[in-house]
Amino acid sequence: MAFTAFSANTKVADQAPRKRGWIALLLLAPGIAYMLLFFVTPFIQLAITSLQAPAESGGIGQYVAAVQFSNYWVAIQEYWPQLLRSFVYAVIATVVGLILSYPLAYLLGVTLRNRAMLQGILLILVVAPFFISLLLRTLAWKSILPNEFIGTDGAVIFGLIYNFIPFMVLPMFASLQALDLRLVEAGSDLYASPVTVFRKVTLPLSLPGVVSGTLLSFIPMSGDYVVASRSFLGSTDTAMVGNVIESNFLQTQNYPMAAALSILLMVIILVIVATYVRKSGAEDLL
Amino acid sequence: MKRFTLGKAFVPVVSIITLIYLLLPIMYVIAFSFNEKRGRNNISWRGFSLENWQNPCGAPQVCEAFGNSILVGVVATIAATVLGTMIAIALVRYKFKGRSTVSLLLFTPMATPEVVLGAGLAAQFLLAGVEKGIGTIILAHTMFCISYVVVAVKARVASLNPAIEEAGRDLYASPAQVFWRITLPMLTPGIIGAALLSFALSFDDFIITNFNSGTATTFPKFIYISAMKGVPAQANVLASMVFIAALLMVIFFQIININRKKRLARV
Repeated sequence: MAFTAFSANTKVADQAPRKRGWIALLLLAPGIAYMLLFFVTPFIQLAITSLQAPAESGGIGQYVAAVQFSNYWVAIQEYWPQLLRSFVYAVIATVVGLILSYPLAYLLGVTLRNRAMLQGILLILVVAPFFISLLLRTLAWKSILPNEFIGTDGAVIFGLIYNFIPFMVLPMFASLQALDLRLVEAGSDLYASPVTVFRKVTLPLSLPGVVSGTLLSFIPMSGDYVVASRSFLGSTDTAMVGNVIESNFLQTQNYPMAAALSILLMVIILVIVATYVRKSGAEDLL
Repeated sequence: MKRFTLGKAFVPVVSIITLIYLLLPIMYVIAFSFNEKRGRNNISWRGFSLENWQNPCGAPQVCEAFGNSILVGVVATIAATVLGTMIAIALVRYKFKGRSTVSLLLFTPMATPEVVLGAGLAAQFLLAGVEKGIGTIILAHTMFCISYVVVAVKARVASLNPAIEEAGRDLYASPAQVFWRITLPMLTPGIIGAALLSFALSFDDFIITNFNSGTATTFPKFIYISAMKGVPAQANVLASMVFIAALLMVIFFQIININRKKRLARV
């Protein structure tokens, strides 16, 4: 799995599988039951909700069970700009974030490999943002950045990149730290230019980290609605699909619309992620 | 070693830019916790003051929200750590049918946008007629924390040397004794790490919380709501306190780790 690249350095000891299946069952049952109840069935409820029709009484937030597939069509017609915008923002932010994060991961994993102290300090700095409220940090940018910039596409993308840099750096660092430097050396001994060595050796060997890092950022970015909301770095012109899901669900109580948009978001993400993983040749990571 | 540098200046220069990008807002949040109190908002700098630190609960509702976040974080962390550790042990140590399905089930929540998780749970609570509040926030947080606990503890279980437990059994320890006296103590660092991660994720979660909180407020939700009219400096104080505590804890574990490595090197 892509995400286990976090632990790329742990060698799996050959652990003889035990036969006592009932112990495994006992260990699994409570957690799996929990996940079925609070992760799997909500998806089913979301699908059911997305097909509901307004109740006869016509009250706000009143819906009855139905199979109204046209809800999806209405959702696309009404909100295609927000859907499209979400993915455009997320793609740009992922690419720029990768360009900013890879060198830092390289510095930590390769350049500073033998300097434990400095490496440790820099790693703490990379995870430091996790310890202080994300919302306050996003608001801090609102004050730091020039006023005219707030509310533009650029400001929202800027905020998205900012939020997910640590999620990119950490998996890439794990991959780069496990990189065998003798292979890099062999490349340059064979007269490959530094650029060729990077393209043919370093980058392919760190690909698992790049794929994990970009997925760990791209997926939450495309569903984010804090950065793009009006009281943070966005404006009405920068609303993403997350913003319209939130306003439909929590404000106008148009639950079927919010549910249909959620399912659409999930389906589009699955298609993009599957294509990306196949194209990057990292299928065996998943 | 020179040959290993990736465009000599490129790596350090971009790294420094990225680090500044990461750290600037943190310094801003901490600096503005010392902003002098005058007027309602905390946007422009008015002068250094310790007033907010002396009275961190001075703004309405801020401490109530903060307390709720701690309560939710602690309960969700305990539940997720217990359930997740059990699953992690089962996944590494036992071969059973459907193991890959179980792995997939645990991995998918991490690959699902929070807004979808939040809306799904909210739709479920709505259809089931459950009133949203602190309880539903805890239920939701436990769900996504379990996935992260499994990933973190699984790595630790996989790195254990089974020969040590084998030795225990050879010396006639019962399976229960082996588990409580050998396996669990060896897993402890991984479990503590997983619990800290859970707490951090729960404590700072906003999107899933917003969908499943009803009228209950957590610290991130308090900030979101106040963002329109201006967040009080007390929120910065509380966030800074958490930051300093977490940082000290990480440094503490880091030092223990280095000392242990040194000790092992000497043996």
